[in-house]
Amino acid sequence: MSTAAASADFTLPKVKTDWLPILLVPAFMLAALPLVGDPSTWVTLTVAALAMGMMIFLMASGLTLVFGLMDVLNFGHGVFISFGAYVSLIVLVPLADWVEAHNVWLNISVLLLCVLAAMLVTGALGWAFERVVIRPVYGMHLKQILITMGGMIVAEQMIHVIWGASPIPIKLPETFRGAFVLGDAAMEKYRVIAVVLGLTVFGAMYAVLNRTKIGLLIRAGVENPEMVEALGYRIRRLFVGVFIAGSALAGLGGVLWAFYRQTLTAGMGMEVNVLIFIVIIIGGLGSVGGCFVGSLLVALIANYTGFLAPKLALISNILLMVLILLWRPQGLFPVAKR
Amino acid sequence: MLHSLLSGDYPRSRPLAAILLIILIGLALTPFLFPGSQPLNTAAKVCIFIILVASYDLLLGYTGIVSFAHTMFYGIGGYGVAIALHSAGPHWGPLALGALSALVLAILLALVIGLFSLRVRAIFFAMITLAVASAFAVLASQLSDITGGEDGLSFRGPALLRRSFQLFEEPVFGIDITGKVLGYYLLFFIALGLFLLALRVVNSPFGRVLQAIRENEFRAEALGYRVVVYRSLANCLSAGMAACAGMLTALWNDYTNPDTTLSFAIMIDILLMVVIGGMGTLYGAAIGATLFIIAQNYLQVLMGQLSEALSAAGIPLLPLLFHADRWFLWLGILFVLSVYFFPTGIVGKLRSLRK
Repeated sequence: MSTAAASADFTLPKVKTDWLPILLVPAFMLAALPLVGDPSTWVTLTVAALAMGMMIFLMASGLTLVFGLMDVLNFGHGVFISFGAYVSLIVLVPLADWVEAHNVWLNISVLLLCVLAAMLVTGALGWAFERVVIRPVYGMHLKQILITMGGMIVAEQMIHVIWGASPIPIKLPETFRGAFVLGDAAMEKYRVIAVVLGLTVFGAMYAVLNRTKIGLLIRAGVENPEMVEALGYRIRRLFVGVFIAGSALAGLGGVLWAFYRQTLTAGMGMEVNVLIFIVIIIGGLGSVGGCFVGSLLVALIANYTGFLAPKLALISNILLMVLILLWRPQGLFPVAKR
Repeated sequence: MLHSLLSGDYPRSRPLAAILLIILIGLALTPFLFPGSQPLNTAAKVCIFIILVASYDLLLGYTGIVSFAHTMFYGIGGYGVAIALHSAGPHWGPLALGALSALVLAILLALVIGLFSLRVRAIFFAMITLAVASAFAVLASQLSDITGGEDGLSFRGPALLRRSFQLFEEPVFGIDITGKVLGYYLLFFIALGLFLLALRVVNSPFGRVLQAIRENEFRAEALGYRVVVYRSLANCLSAGMAACAGMLTALWNDYTNPDTTLSFAIMIDILLMVVIGGMGTLYGAAIGATLFIIAQNYLQVLMGQLSEALSAAGIPLLPLLFHADRWFLWLGILFVLSVYFFPTGIVGKLRSLRK
């Protein structure tokens, strides 16, 4: 009786939040303001950067979670992005009228249908990928890298087989074209949408990870998979779930990215993959929060330097990565024992 | 004699020895056996890729680290020669200077990347090299004042290596010994020399330590070998060899551009050649490169015919799968299967046949 009372009073010490890396984001924004000079240009650049950051985050979050949970780094992650983007064609081609319609609801529903289709297909693809490609090579890093590269080659070629090798142009739904004008600052509508969608997903993900039992298990699994297994939870099943979710998120990111670029190419996923790797290295392999901060930092610095010094922008993300690794060699939010 | 040439590392399988001998003789006699510029180009490409793939195998197969920056070093070699010859004219002096500075740059860069990321984990190295290499490729295509941008640089090689140069008045065995043929033999012997050097390296005590690190990093460290130092050295060595391959390509083609030296597609090609040929054996590099380039040049034709035949027969999806441009799909599948089922590649398979 007394022990029960004692344990009821006992509360876990609060986990300390590491504010320094988070503060980097507003610090970057403020530092850029005097450099850019014109406030309205600054607003435009910042919104563009936030939109880009959200898209990168959506695409990268699955990868970093999968790595954290099961120590599997999927070099073929980019393929889910490409696949997601191409799958939106399934919706866009038959519903071309809805895209052109001057009706907000039709436009929104066509976008949501694209997202839904892409997430379903890439989720299923992720399940198959985990089954066929990754399961036999758990715990073998070298083989994982090789095999996921191989999977990527095959999947990319399959895109060529199904949809043809030439780039396909796609159109944004009518409502999302153009820009909001706020004072002197122009913000492309679609970018605002991307920010809203990205924040929603991040909020949902944060809630699931921190407020549900599944989330608790996932976080515990990142810290110590053996212990979670010893407590009677099937970590494998959890992992498959996370892999599917991560692939579906990559598909979602792929759709957003495709509408942003307005062209589809089979290699588009692999092109962003490099950026994604930089982001998850910066954030700390396995950390979702770090991935979020890392995406924002990379996007902000890319947009600001793109405006201030275009030549420097080409290697700005590498420089950012080098600086951050010099400061914290394991990334912004190092995950224990990794 | 043979023992010291091969550093005691014999093929250890009759069929393997026969294949290697065919490749060697074929490459050595290409100008005489298959006259014309197309076969000569293919043979030169095979020689270059054997070096490139062998140097990559030094990393992947022998040391057990995955790098995606190999094309970067290849490109540095290519651009070193191209920039020197483009700006200073077709002489041997600039060529040597360009080659030397490219070599130094490649090795220094490899050292920096290695020291920066090899301390952590193999997977980290793979990601960082991928990022650095892609940034380098973007830089090379954007800094058009120096590198010629997307178009790259065209230049003229030294007079001795040009098509218009004739070594002898009379044809030898019915073949004019032009500067191109001379250039081919220069390339062939440099490639052969580098390959034998690589064999020497992997069979030296140094090479044994690399293999020990691949098998068990922790134990190698416990035995007193500084893993970081050995890995960095292997990385530098491999980068230097890749740069040499790049120089040879530039000299052979008389041009260097991002597509043929820096693109990620070439990186994937190298990966496929190493794995299909056999990781951890340099002979695998030779076989993988030869097979891949022959497939690249001739498999497409074969598949095109198959595809036409299939579509003539009225089968729906298959013609698309066998379309001539899809040859890479099949190599990709072969790659995945070989990682699973025969990780030692063709060479390992041939060697195990005997037992």
